[in-house]
Amino acid sequence: MDYTPHTEEEIRAMLERVGARSLEDLYRHLPEEVRNPPIALPEPMPEWAVLDELRRLAQKNRPAFKAFLAGGVRSHHTPPVVQALAGRGEFLTAYTPYQPEVSQGVLQATFEYQTMIAELTGLEVANASMYDGATALAEGVLLALRETGRMEVWVSQGVHPEYRQVLLTYLEAVGASLRTLPLEGGRTPVVEVPEGVGAVVAQNPNFLGALEDLAPLAEAAHRAGALLVAVADPLSLGVLKPPGAYGADIAVGDGQTLGLPMGFGGPHFGYLATKKAFVRQMPGRLVSETVDAEGKRGFILTLQAREQYIRRAKAKSNITTNAQLTALMGAMYLAALGPEGLKEVALSGVAMAHRLWELLLEIPGVESFTPEPFFNEFVLRLPKEPQTVREALAARGFHAATPVPKEYGENLALFAATELHREEDLLALQAAMREVLA
Amino acid sequence: MSYPLIFERSRPGRRGLRLVKETPEATRYIPEKFLRKDPPRLPEVDELTLVRHYTGLSRRQVGVDTTFYPLGSCTMKYNPKLHEEAARLFADLHPYQDPSTAQGALELMWELGEYLKALTGMDAITLEPAAGAHGELTGILIIRAYHQDRGEGKTRRLVLVPDSAHGSNPATASMAGYEVKEVPSGPDGEVDLEALKRELGPHVAAIMLTNPNTLGLFERRILEISRLAKEAGVQLYYDGANLNAVMGWARPGDMGFDVVHLNLHKTFTVPHGGGGPGSGPVGVKAHLAPYLPVPTVERGEEGFYLNFDLPKSIGRVRSFHGNFLALVRAWAYIRTLGLPGLKKAAALSVLNARYLKELLKTKGYRVPYDGPCMHEFVAQPPQGFRALDLAKGLLELGFHPPTVYFPLIVKEALMVEPTETESKETLEAFAEALGELLQKPKEWLEHAPYSTPVRRLDELRANKHPRLTYFDEG
Repeated sequence: MDYTPHTEEEIRAMLERVGARSLEDLYRHLPEEVRNPPIALPEPMPEWAVLDELRRLAQKNRPAFKAFLAGGVRSHHTPPVVQALAGRGEFLTAYTPYQPEVSQGVLQATFEYQTMIAELTGLEVANASMYDGATALAEGVLLALRETGRMEVWVSQGVHPEYRQVLLTYLEAVGASLRTLPLEGGRTPVVEVPEGVGAVVAQNPNFLGALEDLAPLAEAAHRAGALLVAVADPLSLGVLKPPGAYGADIAVGDGQTLGLPMGFGGPHFGYLATKKAFVRQMPGRLVSETVDAEGKRGFILTLQAREQYIRRAKAKSNITTNAQLTALMGAMYLAALGPEGLKEVALSGVAMAHRLWELLLEIPGVESFTPEPFFNEFVLRLPKEPQTVREALAARGFHAATPVPKEYGENLALFAATELHREEDLLALQAAMREVLA
Repeated sequence: MSYPLIFERSRPGRRGLRLVKETPEATRYIPEKFLRKDPPRLPEVDELTLVRHYTGLSRRQVGVDTTFYPLGSCTMKYNPKLHEEAARLFADLHPYQDPSTAQGALELMWELGEYLKALTGMDAITLEPAAGAHGELTGILIIRAYHQDRGEGKTRRLVLVPDSAHGSNPATASMAGYEVKEVPSGPDGEVDLEALKRELGPHVAAIMLTNPNTLGLFERRILEISRLAKEAGVQLYYDGANLNAVMGWARPGDMGFDVVHLNLHKTFTVPHGGGGPGSGPVGVKAHLAPYLPVPTVERGEEGFYLNFDLPKSIGRVRSFHGNFLALVRAWAYIRTLGLPGLKKAAALSVLNARYLKELLKTKGYRVPYDGPCMHEFVAQPPQGFRALDLAKGLLELGFHPPTVYFPLIVKEALMVEPTETESKETLEAFAEALGELLQKPKEWLEHAPYSTPVRRLDELRANKHPRLTYFDEG
């Protein structure tokens, strides 16, 4: 099975037409030393056998549906209507909409996505998507550095550690410096920002789950001529004050929490929103409304002079392929829920997380770590190594206790609850935790 | 009439999905000052309206599933439906779940890594990069770390790319802090060895090449190029966008490349999704393995695990473990075809391209670099025709056009990549259509298309006065 339509006879006729004797002959001009190397691959299989083999592998996993795990990805409901619509072949098998006359589906859906992200973040514009939250952050910070012409970045320790690692990789590449602001009492301290810093980065709710009032930090950044880059879970923005309202100049985050399958970490999508004034420095694709030759409304990729295929070495970013389909899923999710539905899902997670927090704190030796108020994730200090606890819980059928890196302290684990959890789920986890920690 | 926006279908108070029984009061948990004052203006629609909206939008969109899509350098081959089902089997895994409960996922990643290493002739691999350009950045940063480690980071400041290179190559080199220099192609469309020799030296960090190159030509002097690079201490980077042509027949590792990125959404059938998500694994030779991003997937005595212990690593380039569900699809593709299937697919992609090239030459099109093409070729319309108008004319005749105006070294370029999954009669119909367009009145061509969901769009207006959101008042 190779999905090719050619009959033997057609192959013969076509070979004759191009002056080749065999398929092998099509490669005769390659240096002999590199031609036809021995390659060891498993034998081909029929479709059912491939699925069988995949099921065998899948059975070695324990799905984390209804997981209490946290840290940038959570177990949420993926609406079948979103799966069905995003799975339509026209969306699935198109590529970058370079031909707008036959790409209005992707273009308009992207324009609508940009609008929804701008609404959620309280900022004016959003691009068509980035790979994930971490690279969206890196690109958002690079945008801030282009705007300010500076090469220093301050990042709060409250930003997801993996996001900070990716940020460091990107900043080292261009020779910019990165300084980490340690958390104080689980929150980002308000600091004086010196001249020379181009971007200050913080996350709300932060990695520990705590709510942060970033307005004073935004003011401090602005006094120094720096921009504030905020990392925000888009689901939380159904309830929380949007980054634009507390002074963020750029907002970024990961779209998984908008009902996307966890998929062992991807693909999800990253969003990037900012002010209109910065639009010409933005990375990635942008869709604009315009009109066609008959005056009819249509949508088109715009400001393409920022992009690699036009500007080459002077492009704002090298990004080409982004996360269009997963971003489209995020937009479908937002449209399926509407403002009320989104708020309900977000608050239900908040309520369940707080209830779980109470229940787990009843267990001897378990201590609170994330300061209140927190949102839908929180960190606890456990009397045992979190890796051991996670493993022991897994053996009892629970996915919980994301180990928190030691830079935050010893024996810390992250927990979350979502709209998928009921009181009895929380009680069951509590009972398992009691056993594991006894 | 214009197709309505989802916001125009919205009615205050209308509800779609309800996922929650009772909604708790926000202020019970969250102090007022953290709460948003106004709800986001998201659409308020019922589920059927939602379905009609997006179904309607999908009908205003073409993809490989609907239309021949010979977009050069993008490998728009058929995306098997099997792979969508395969991905669903792994959808509910959390990246931070205990590794003992994700052994199947890790095994699949490890196996895919082995297959890709075998197919590229590389010694080590990362599956973390999320797309081709992301893989490029990863690869170039690995090269940078290698030079730095050898104390040559400060002297090797230049990356060479041919003038036919993808735009992402120079953009990547810039993002990695390098200066970029373009090397002209020779009269045969391949790298000009003499020009390359003049540029090579202790100030050069890497050469980025695509092979076959963007003209669809195999760089026949590749072993000479890699020897020269090696002598000059320069790392050779393989842009895998065009691997489909040689998959199973020749390996970048054997050609002397030190780093290769793959586009799983091109060569290995991950659907392009209207622009993404893709996946861009990076394979390296042994001397570069210590610099791979963390974590790598390893097989140990007690099973598969994520290895974070790479002290010389360039760090992370993405959160978690990459676009995992894309990896599942690529795994399924490789296991379905095996080596014989992959070789046949590659050879038929070449045969299709050569056949279509011959057909187009009989229809009045020129092929300025008419060497033995691989999976794609670059054609030129006769004097007086614009590639843009021909592309728009093709839309009217029911085809997605080829890549136009690229590579930059060919004027009015039509870069055609038919892929192996297209039939002989589709290629013939496409050639007929391109021939027919040359017979159309100029006036007709300049205003095509006519019956698409929208006609030619005002790009200038969008550039001068971009309207990027529905609520943008200008």
